[in-house]
Amino acid sequence: MSSENVMSAQKSASPQNPASPKSPESTTGQGHPVLEIRGLSVDYGVGPQAVRAVNDVHLTLNRGEVLGLAGESGSGKSTLAYGATRLLPPPGVVTGGSVLYHPDDGDPVDLLRMTPGELRAFRWSQLSIVFQGAMNSLNPVATVAAQLTDVIAEHRPKTAKADRMARAAELLALVGIARDRLDSYPHQLSGGMRQRVMIAMALALEPRVVIMDEPTTALDVVMQRQIMRQLAKLKEQLGFSVIFITHDLSLLVEFSDRIAIMYGGRIVEQAPAVELYDNSLHPYSDGLLHSFPALRGPRRELTGIPGSPPDLRDMPAGCAFQPRCPKAFDPCGGSPPPLVRPASDPGRSVACYLHPSA
Amino acid sequence: MTSEVVLEAEALTKHFPVRARGRAALSRGPKVVHAVDDVSLSLRRGRVTALVGESGSGKSTVARLLAQLYPRTGGDIRIGGVSTAVKGGGRHFKAYARRVQMIFQDPFASLNPVHTVRHHLTRALKIHGRYTGEESLDELLGRVQLTPASLYLEKYPHELSGGQRQRVSIARALAADPEALLADEPVSMLDVSIRLGVLNLLRDLKERLDLAVLYITHDIASARYFADETLVMYAGRMVEGGDSETVTQRPAHPYTHLLVHSAPDPERVRGGPAPYDDEDTGEPPSLIDPPSGCRFHPRCPKAMDVCRARVPERTLVGDAPDHWVACWLFDDEGKGEGKGTDAEAADIETTDIETTDIEISDVEAADVEAAAAEAQAPELEGAAP
Repeated sequence: MSSENVMSAQKSASPQNPASPKSPESTTGQGHPVLEIRGLSVDYGVGPQAVRAVNDVHLTLNRGEVLGLAGESGSGKSTLAYGATRLLPPPGVVTGGSVLYHPDDGDPVDLLRMTPGELRAFRWSQLSIVFQGAMNSLNPVATVAAQLTDVIAEHRPKTAKADRMARAAELLALVGIARDRLDSYPHQLSGGMRQRVMIAMALALEPRVVIMDEPTTALDVVMQRQIMRQLAKLKEQLGFSVIFITHDLSLLVEFSDRIAIMYGGRIVEQAPAVELYDNSLHPYSDGLLHSFPALRGPRRELTGIPGSPPDLRDMPAGCAFQPRCPKAFDPCGGSPPPLVRPASDPGRSVACYLHPSA
Repeated sequence: MTSEVVLEAEALTKHFPVRARGRAALSRGPKVVHAVDDVSLSLRRGRVTALVGESGSGKSTVARLLAQLYPRTGGDIRIGGVSTAVKGGGRHFKAYARRVQMIFQDPFASLNPVHTVRHHLTRALKIHGRYTGEESLDELLGRVQLTPASLYLEKYPHELSGGQRQRVSIARALAADPEALLADEPVSMLDVSIRLGVLNLLRDLKERLDLAVLYITHDIASARYFADETLVMYAGRMVEGGDSETVTQRPAHPYTHLLVHSAPDPERVRGGPAPYDDEDTGEPPSLIDPPSGCRFHPRCPKAMDVCRARVPERTLVGDAPDHWVACWLFDDEGKGEGKGTDAEAADIETTDIETTDIEISDVEAADVEAAAAEAQAPELEGAAP
């Protein structure tokens, strides 16, 4: 029941962030899902020792949108992304759900049922990932050019070598790196440049979905802003959709259209970025938003969230956030609250007994 | 503001030698990394001083120099007014460590995984001669709000959460009953929801124990929240300093500007469209061969000839007491009477009104103002006291 509610909530929601400039295509593309995650559950390990890292998660990424996925370490945000793209190394096991990809033409396909061959062709050409710590995911003994052309050669074997090289140069230009860096090895580039090479590589085949797992965490704020600006511009130019995973909620509020907040393997709140910032419904989102000291405005006394994140091996009964929640009351100890559209604002969804469904 | 100075650094300099290999070994002169150059700061009792900068700006090196973990290349470190230089880990170092303690960034790495909390704390207490039995452990854990102590004493680091681990390492630092605490990014490895808990604890300790705290961070918003005074470092040199509120709200140095405007700020979503200008803000320079003059000049939108030639001195800005900046824009000698300050004052006003990124229009406004000021320069000169 909750799944139906959530799906329609997402479709009727207007994920448009009024504050950020949007191209006409992306506006008309709103509400058309590109990637739909339905009831995904991921375990680490099997049998009685198994730990459920992602629990029955529903998430829809619409065309041309930046969907922010926020949460603390251990909340399952990276596991969700890797589980959905079948990149999860053992002992991670996807135990249920489906991940539907909607191509421009044709019927939706389930990623979790693709054959290895299909998956290989699908990855990178339709969906690419910029990994966590991308700065270290380049091959140290190959030049940037070799790594960029490899991607193209693998997926489009018929292209001529010179064309691939030209495309590699074009990609570097796209992310603001000079052409003469093509022959550099990763260690000759700064952290920010390596990160941009990774982004260029992710865009090499013009995928429709890009998943970014903490792409700027290792960088300084100045470089972070530069890269985020560039991403926003590239997204306008090329029109892909982004799932942006980070623990930095203040960054997400500024750069994403819609934000989903995870806690203890479940999504606890989902709302357009500005609405979430202005009026968060779940006490956890509220706590998270009040964990960042503000750079402007009055200096407030901040408290953070008492306690520590839950241990997935020993989850509290009922709502996972209940032991740390300042507003916990009787029903919270019962069963985990379902993600529903709250009566007060049907344009978003929240999993909290304080906000029952309409 | 006028409380007693505990720890003081003057013209602190640290150069790390670079090992030359192959052909480079034959070239003239040994190369060095200019990690810290001419840094002066003082830590006062009961106050938090934040040191803000990008990675590689030398802020952690400053902390390690102050903790005497590295010998310094030049300058002086004074504790309680007495110049000290400690070498090695002997008696002198122990005496120094009793007064100055350090907290490291990574609580996962700074605690020994094969020892219990009890061992860590007992050892620290015994080394500093303050072990008086079980109750001293209880008291120490009580100070960092890990109560009841019996719940934590027998635990190994892996059994604790990140926040608890960092509290244990704070307790270990407090075991020496120090006068100064050097905290090197104490919360950047912790989960966002528990960072503030640790920062608030540090502030509480500072007040109760009258500690002088150096808080090193790359997050200028947390410096504003936690520190009384903020110093900004760029490429091994200090560029600006003053009261935290003044430095973050009315930054004077172009680099501090860049830093403040780059920090994520959710309030921007309310301030109209976010500015996605193409401006390439560049990258920090190599410290083996740092830029001549002001080290920020290759990235600075307001760079002048003098910036390339000479290193700017500290100049008081004058909008708040003790707000200083090392920038030629503010130097009378560098730009003529009052002119630089005028242009900058106009710039600061613009930024105050618009909270969004306005780097480009900023510069233009400053230029216009500067030109206007130039025209009036003789009058200004006459009017200046």
